[in-house]
Amino acid sequence: MAAFKLPKYGAMLVMAVFTLYFLTPLWWLFVASGKKDGQVTEGSPLLPDHFSLGENLSQLFRYNDGIFLRWMANSIAYTVGAALLGTLLAGMCGYALAKYVFRGRELIFNIVLGGVLVPATALALPLFLMFSKVELANTFWAVFLPSLVNPFGVYLGRIYAAASVPDELLEAARIDGSGEVRTFFTLSTRLMAPAFVTIFLFHFVAVWNNFMLPLIMLGNERLFPVTLGLYSWNTQVNQHPELRALVLVGAFVSIVPMVIAFLSLQRFWRSGLGAGSIK
Amino acid sequence: MKRHASAIFFFVTPFGVLFALFYLIPIFYAVWQSLYTVKRTGTFGPATDVFGGFVQYREVFTNGPFWESIERVFLFGIVQVPVMLGLALFLALLLDSGLVKGKGFFRLAFFLPYAVPGVVAAIMWGYLYSPNLSPFTAVTASADLLSPSFVLWAMANVVTWVYIGYNMLIIYSALLAVPTEIYEAAKIDGAGVFRTAWSIKIPMVLPAIVLTTVFSIIGTLQLLAEPQVFRSFSSAVSSTYTPNLTVLSTSAVPNFHLAAAFSVVLALATFILSFAFLKFTQRKGVQ
Repeated sequence: MAAFKLPKYGAMLVMAVFTLYFLTPLWWLFVASGKKDGQVTEGSPLLPDHFSLGENLSQLFRYNDGIFLRWMANSIAYTVGAALLGTLLAGMCGYALAKYVFRGRELIFNIVLGGVLVPATALALPLFLMFSKVELANTFWAVFLPSLVNPFGVYLGRIYAAASVPDELLEAARIDGSGEVRTFFTLSTRLMAPAFVTIFLFHFVAVWNNFMLPLIMLGNERLFPVTLGLYSWNTQVNQHPELRALVLVGAFVSIVPMVIAFLSLQRFWRSGLGAGSIK
Repeated sequence: MKRHASAIFFFVTPFGVLFALFYLIPIFYAVWQSLYTVKRTGTFGPATDVFGGFVQYREVFTNGPFWESIERVFLFGIVQVPVMLGLALFLALLLDSGLVKGKGFFRLAFFLPYAVPGVVAAIMWGYLYSPNLSPFTAVTASADLLSPSFVLWAMANVVTWVYIGYNMLIIYSALLAVPTEIYEAAKIDGAGVFRTAWSIKIPMVLPAIVLTTVFSIIGTLQLLAEPQVFRSFSSAVSSTYTPNLTVLSTSAVPNFHLAAAFSVVLALATFILSFAFLKFTQRKGVQ
């Protein structure tokens, strides 16, 4: 009996070791964010003592006229806006590619699929030159507009629409006299809801993490997303040592919205993530 | 076929226009830019853009630091991608083996690092590595993780930490989609846990592994946030450490034409590698 249990113990041990690997840095970040007076290297690295996260937060939020909160708001505006609108557009396109037969359908699909393979960073430089030409570089739109496009979302949208919206249902809606666009918004979007959440999540993460585009586009600190803001602080710690603690507190705060989004949308990404790989 | 033309137009056009504006046109614009060069009349005369043909590409192919950076990401990818995906596959198989209790917790715990943006992950690990900042002095005192010989692998660990859980979930979801009758048949044939994993599960999730590999290859060639952040922690990371850093520092000179040529070569390399890998695995799949 004991020999029979060995694989079970072994498996749980492996899982425990990896849990430590994944969570210890995050726990350290949390503890370091709460160190008194920004003494991030003082005391025990993994045990909170003189825990003063509240003080550190108010310091973070007040620094330089509250620039950090501004960065967070920017990130949310870039990310939520682009992901919501981008998901709808990608979903619509994918839906059309799945549910209608028309000339050029496969050509469009293949071009968009090729777009998945284009390194986003290869686009950043020409986009900067283009936006500079129309004097829109260093504006909100320079980051927001390119972030709307999500070719992988079209790919997922097509797969999901093909799998979850039956042709018979669309035919029935037509017989009832419902227009194609109305059918999409009242009927198909509901059937594709889990798909939309998955596309949204992927899109959200991609825009939230985007670094090169804002780095190239933006010079004005007040337009920075939080990733670029923290990066710029981190490059200044030698001249401004007080930033060292703020970088860590800020890093901790910056991942909180994502963690909340992941936790609250769990049941969607758990089931939806794999769909892209099913042929 | 023409029946729903206006509906199709309505669905496809908004995405299509944005895709053309922010994907297709920039690519052509980059190619166009890369074919130009700056000419000056005299040393201090006004600079004008003139058509230069492949002048920039000659520069690209003789640019030592750029090819060193390509070599570096190759080395990085050859080691990091198999390690990361191997671990992701291993953990997915463990989750699916029936040996593990509390699957929901582990799935979440492993996926959580994916919520951390690359820049933030790099800053966090940078602190953990730095000898004078790290709380883990026992480790950082015995080995300088930010020295020239180590720093590439220190970054590989950051990337691995962020992406294992994400890749694990993709593979795990594919495992969940395998019909359970297959396992029952294998059980009747006397196949154990390892045999089932090796002969049934891994072949069944091969498409998922291929997908994650292609994404990882693209990600490796695009390495930017981690090395850019690590420049603050380690002098071993130069401004041309990865191909993307080279593009960035070249455009900051500013030499947009050469930077555009770098981007084009990089995009082509990505395409060729991804397609080669897809074709290679497809051919294997046929046999």
